[in-house]
Amino acid sequence: MRVLYFAWLRERLNRDFDEVDPPESVTSVAQLMDWLAGRDEAFALATQKRELIRAAVDDTLVGHETAIAGARTVALFPPMTGG
Amino acid sequence: MVVRLQGDPFGPGAELDAFTEAVGGGGAVATFTGRVRSTPDDPLEAMTLEHYPALAQAQLEALRAEAIARFGLIDAWIIHRFGRLLPGEPIVQVMTASLHRQAAFDGAGFLMDTLKTNAPFWKKEHRPGRDSWVEARASDDAAVARWT
Repeated sequence: MRVLYFAWLRERLNRDFDEVDPPESVTSVAQLMDWLAGRDEAFALATQKRELIRAAVDDTLVGHETAIAGARTVALFPPMTGG
Repeated sequence: MVVRLQGDPFGPGAELDAFTEAVGGGGAVATFTGRVRSTPDDPLEAMTLEHYPALAQAQLEALRAEAIARFGLIDAWIIHRFGRLLPGEPIVQVMTASLHRQAAFDGAGFLMDTLKTNAPFWKKEHRPGRDSWVEARASDDAAVARWT
């Protein structure tokens, strides 16, 4: 599974994406963030305020409770500021 | 052209002419153009718009379809830029056409309010010696809430 990062989250992690293979116990976006935080201190610090992180699974905007089973791409990013 | 993401600048007037020509006989056309703000108190050197291409295209197409259905629009087009932009350059333009004015106004307002918080673009402002990400504002969430 590829995890994409954008904007200040990308800058704070110093990379665009991670290629990861989380265990089966990781079933939701929220659990994926917990799992990523457990293996990477920079990720843990950057995502401390979970309410500031938005998510998309396979190019669809979703909430943190959304399942990630079978997903090819999970994107994590700050609140959007377009327009 | 329905939803277009592009790095290059666009001409707001030319885009409006193309839209007006394409929609034919509707009596009402509304246009909103958002530009890079730079004021004497707070001059900007440039702005960079980061985006997530696949999701941005999908989100804007979904919002366009929703606006057409909800307000009974004849059509709606959205142009949004990404990459490096200079002060005064257009960032975004939405154009809506309907039989009567209120639907065109409402459709354009709905599109702008919802795309600000629901389309994956992020603005970074470049000032002399300092770069900063634009923070999402509570007023943007309030603006989108008025359409729910």
